[in-house]
Amino acid sequence: MAKKLAALDVNNCIGCMECMFACSRRVGRIGLDKSAIRVRSAGGIERGFVIVVCRACENPPCAKVCPTEALKERKEGGGVVLDETKCIGCGFCVQSCIVGAMFWDDERDKPIVCKYCGECAKYCVHGAIGLVEA
Amino acid sequence: MLMKVEDMNKVLYIDLTKKDIRTEERADLFDAYLGGTGVAIKLLVEECPQGIDPLSASNPIIFAVGPLTGLYPLASKTVAMFKSPLTGNLGESHCGGRSAIAIKFAGYGAIVIKGASDIPLYLAIAGDEVKFRDASSIWSMEAVTVGRVLREVEPGAGVRTIIRTGTAGGKMVRYACAVTETYRHFGRLGLGAVMGSKKLKALVISADKSVELPKQKRKEYKRVYDEIQDVVVKSDAMAKYHDLGTPGKIYSMNKLGGMAYKNLESARAPEKVARELSGENIAEKYLSRRISCAHCPVGCVHLASLRELYAPGYYFKTSTMPYDNETIYSLGFMLGMERADDYLRLNDTVDTVGMDAISTGVTLAWATEAYAKGLITKEHTDGLELKWGDVKVYSAAIKKIVEMPNEFYQSLAKGVEYASSVYGGQDYALAFGGNEMPEYHTGLACYLNNLTGARHSHLDSAGYDLDQKLIGTDFSIEEVASALLKEEEWRQIPSSLVVCFFARKVFTPETVLKALGAIGLEGWTEEKLNDIGRDIHRAKMDFKFREGYDLTKLRIPKRIFEVPTPNGLLKEEDLRRAIEVYGKMIGR
Repeated sequence: MAKKLAALDVNNCIGCMECMFACSRRVGRIGLDKSAIRVRSAGGIERGFVIVVCRACENPPCAKVCPTEALKERKEGGGVVLDETKCIGCGFCVQSCIVGAMFWDDERDKPIVCKYCGECAKYCVHGAIGLVEA
Repeated sequence: MLMKVEDMNKVLYIDLTKKDIRTEERADLFDAYLGGTGVAIKLLVEECPQGIDPLSASNPIIFAVGPLTGLYPLASKTVAMFKSPLTGNLGESHCGGRSAIAIKFAGYGAIVIKGASDIPLYLAIAGDEVKFRDASSIWSMEAVTVGRVLREVEPGAGVRTIIRTGTAGGKMVRYACAVTETYRHFGRLGLGAVMGSKKLKALVISADKSVELPKQKRKEYKRVYDEIQDVVVKSDAMAKYHDLGTPGKIYSMNKLGGMAYKNLESARAPEKVARELSGENIAEKYLSRRISCAHCPVGCVHLASLRELYAPGYYFKTSTMPYDNETIYSLGFMLGMERADDYLRLNDTVDTVGMDAISTGVTLAWATEAYAKGLITKEHTDGLELKWGDVKVYSAAIKKIVEMPNEFYQSLAKGVEYASSVYGGQDYALAFGGNEMPEYHTGLACYLNNLTGARHSHLDSAGYDLDQKLIGTDFSIEEVASALLKEEEWRQIPSSLVVCFFARKVFTPETVLKALGAIGLEGWTEEKLNDIGRDIHRAKMDFKFREGYDLTKLRIPKRIFEVPTPNGLLKEEDLRRAIEVYGKMIGR
């Protein structure tokens, strides 16, 4: 079965950002700017955190607005896959994602798309995120 | 944006007088001294002229991160260095939050801030871009409000830190802190006052870069990263610091009889008080969230929430404040609080104005005793009747320390060393090297630590820890002095890398070497680490002696010899001799 990433319990999140570091490492970068997951405070740390992950939508809006079919629906489990060779960097996908889970890579001028690989979840010590059946 | 490991050698120099910046590659410093403390002390010696007034424009503020910052878990701290307006000597303060990650991935190894602005300013550092922005409208704001304003007004792509002062910083209370991410502090020794003297309200630092390792290094890096992560996650320290956090040891320290209570009237509070102020009790009743610094899975930062009625008609407010071991000691035990919620209220007041909690508590504890003994009167206190456990009076006094309505509060704002030199009561003015004492009354080692540590902080050489190990054993003064010196020398390594001291047992020499090697910093050996640890320590001591530190003239308050420690009564001649022995060991 296909998997997707999910925020399992946002109350467990301590804001350590290890998930973001793990995601950036997939592309050989140490830092936060290549991450397809984002953790930020919910307007003041005392209110806790917001974990922004790709929801792996059925009929994903980002794919619908892609003018070059660079973003296509994943075969099963919802969500999208990116064909970089077709992407023209228009950024429509970012605008279409109302949960803000489509991030942008300024260097490549292309979106950063979650691959549902679960690498980030391996570093979530407190069980805030994890892979679930799509 | 792309950066390489070696790009972290870049130092950003900011001149607040000329409103000008420049950057310089300082591989000479980073190659030799790693980063953090090691590089910061070298920059301080370069930038800080001898004998200056710490509140003058010529006092530099240095922020430094290290080679491991952002690259490994728990390498999450920034080192700040400056000349302290509290002690008139070396100022060094460490802070996490997102500060270290933001500085590193903004592309800097260190930031040096010199000069003073003519108008209130804040600095907006977004990667390579530095803006000097007018802070007139936020100058007299509390730290938390400044954060709220700047979060909205400054574009914040990526990850950022907001380092700011509260009202105490602007008024140059000598132990004002700088606050980051609302709940973390560059505490102790008055960085906030130095910022205030420069009319610098805040720094917003945004990260826009990431580090690329050479392809052949990536596997090794990931392996070492995972090893460190694994050790951290499975260690006892993880559970200890996450579950109850540092307050977990409050109750046992009191039971041991090593907890300064009511200005060290005794070293053990009554059982009822210890239970009330214990980490267990505060967690059960008030703990509302645990958070971590960026790139640390531990989550040792404990936040408490207090819901209280503040006006008739069901008007409630909920306030959230951080709490930890040292603030429970200084604002709880030292001030004779009998209720945990009173301690939390006082903690909230201190946090709101942005002062160091230890210095505030110890200074007010001295004032309370001096008031009881008639050295100071209601005329001095502007009508306040200082009394153990009275949260309302202490809160009012804290606000007066910031506002300084008269000479007495002006003196309190300079710390207990100064205030007691004016009003008397030095025998029970609990400062060492001009810095108000930390919690521990455990024996010879903790006081030798307080007197000889480069920062006069318990974290310099962990004397309190050594004391506990020595209970019931025979030990010589030489052994204690030598163990503390060795510990302090080694601690320069974690604070140069920079890793959190809570991870000091994870970052053994072997792990440090592996971690450096895996990011391409070759050629380090354990011997070389030990050598530079010693060099960095001596460089700090050289600075201290240059600025007037004198081992033969250290003032020791008599009180500490009158109250038994868990190692028995401490004798002044033993402590003086230990200082002498220590001095010989460092060639002084």
